[in-house]
Amino acid sequence: MSSIETQFIPKSQHPIVEAIKAFRQSWAGMLGLILLLLVILFSVAGPFIYAVDPFEIIWAPLTAPGVVANAPFGTDHLGRDVLAGLVYGGQATLFVGLTAGFLTITIGILVGAMAGYYGGGVDEILMRITEFFQVLPALLFAMVLVTLFTPSIYVVSAAIGIVSWPTTARLTRAEFLRIKNLEYVKAAQSIGARDNRIIWRVVLPNSLAPLIVSATLTIGVAILFEAGLSYLGLGDPNAFSWGMMIGAGREYILDAWWLVTLPGIMIFLTVLGFSLIGDGLNDAFNPRLRER
Amino acid sequence: MAPLLSVKNLLVEFKTRAGIAKVLNNVSLDVHSGEILGVVGESGCGKSMTALSIMGLVPSPPGNVAGGTIELNGEDLLSASNKRLHQMRGKEISMIFQEPMTSLNPVFKVGHQIAEAILLHEKTTKALAWERSVKMLDRVGIPEAAIRANSYPHEMSGGMRQRVMIAIALACNPKLLIADEPTTALDVTVQAQIFDLLRELQRETGTAIIMITHDMGAISELADRVAVMYAGHIIETGDTKDILSKPQHPYTRGLIACVPHLEENPSEERPYLAEIPGVVPPLTDLGKGCTFAPRCDFRTDDCTGSQPSLSKISDQHSVSCFNLNTVAS
Repeated sequence: MSSIETQFIPKSQHPIVEAIKAFRQSWAGMLGLILLLLVILFSVAGPFIYAVDPFEIIWAPLTAPGVVANAPFGTDHLGRDVLAGLVYGGQATLFVGLTAGFLTITIGILVGAMAGYYGGGVDEILMRITEFFQVLPALLFAMVLVTLFTPSIYVVSAAIGIVSWPTTARLTRAEFLRIKNLEYVKAAQSIGARDNRIIWRVVLPNSLAPLIVSATLTIGVAILFEAGLSYLGLGDPNAFSWGMMIGAGREYILDAWWLVTLPGIMIFLTVLGFSLIGDGLNDAFNPRLRER
Repeated sequence: MAPLLSVKNLLVEFKTRAGIAKVLNNVSLDVHSGEILGVVGESGCGKSMTALSIMGLVPSPPGNVAGGTIELNGEDLLSASNKRLHQMRGKEISMIFQEPMTSLNPVFKVGHQIAEAILLHEKTTKALAWERSVKMLDRVGIPEAAIRANSYPHEMSGGMRQRVMIAIALACNPKLLIADEPTTALDVTVQAQIFDLLRELQRETGTAIIMITHDMGAISELADRVAVMYAGHIIETGDTKDILSKPQHPYTRGLIACVPHLEENPSEERPYLAEIPGVVPPLTDLGKGCTFAPRCDFRTDDCTGSQPSLSKISDQHSVSCFNLNTVAS
């Protein structure tokens, strides 16, 4: 038809694309993203630039930072380079955070989607199981899991995932309960779509916003969890992680502040990064907040 | 000619805290191919539930189809397998809903949603399905269909979204289209456009339409035949012109009297809008008499004794009322 009408057609944008645009206007989100990118850069590119083996003993034990040139951030109780530890530790920490976060989200969405969509008996059974996991003391349960198997970063990730999925499951269930009664779900049924299709292609895409926010925060929590387990000496002894450095340095906390403080700062920055990103995403996905 | 859709003595019940609500009581209706059947009645009278029953989408629990038959081309839908029902929905019967603002999936392009309806029922490629969805958009009167197919629902107006809904519903050339108050949420001018569109498409494709509405004006514009519902019963059915010019049931008369008229010379002394006194009885406690009796001006002792059955007064016209003679005079 006429070209005048064409001018009034708005340029189509996927809701997610719009959310990304809104995200870029949120200072919290952008700050978090920058922080996280710096941490990732530090952990991924760091080992190439500062190629020192974190397990190698290079100087006298408990040397303070700035005392000798080849250990700028000091040495630990065995005389190993703390900076090398920081540089190498990030990878294990991020790996555990991401894998555990992924596992949490996957189990949580699967359980929550089934419970929320089918309701009735399925809901009852799945929610009772969810509550069972929720009332277990998470740290204790994870400790049991890690001690039962050899403590490797995979087992640690799995243990963290297994204890943290209930929150995601409940969130997913709530979203499904809300969305499954909306008219476009009825409309999808009325064109002959099956349950499977409706769950994954209709309801889930519409409940993604809070789930993405929660996933981001979950990664941060998983990293803290890993640090907690390592502090208790239940981390992977062969993988250098920031949590493990804090755990190893806790006995010298009064004599050598840098052993726990420096990896602590790294964990703090990483988790802060994820939290700020979660905040920014929350603003971006929530149109009411977006207008403020 | 055998009807396309034949609903006989349909009973639908809902379990509620107050007891069992009889949402549909002995509802019987026939739809022939190529006709538009209007179903009218006030909120909660069972219009939408009739539509959902035909689609096999009565929410269960708490709903339950307790009796009756629904046949499409002689095939019993109530005993059909889930697989068969999935095949049929969208392909043979489809439905458009009341709220175009919320009936489209907000995260997918409208073209994608039409293509999806096609891909669910036909073996074809995504590219061909997309092409067809553009054609459908063009057919329902959306300008620049090729560009508009890339729009998301929130970028369209209510009228356009309802057109998209119609395009989705008609994408696979269904034999029966159920339109559940398709224009209630739209402006009057847009309503007229949608009616025109439905009538035009109906003429082109020969699809039968069940048009559910509470708007007598819509009925008079579109429907060939009308079924009037009250508290889960069909109380009068017949050709549109008969029902509108010679309504027999006191409730139908009331409904028609309620339609406001545009005054040619609006004066200070406007007549009050007619109303039907009283409210619809609770569906959990209908009693054994005529469900309309408590609100009826022509009530006699017969009326509280049993529900009158739907009986023919002419070839096409049936009414369920004991006192037709007194009502008519």
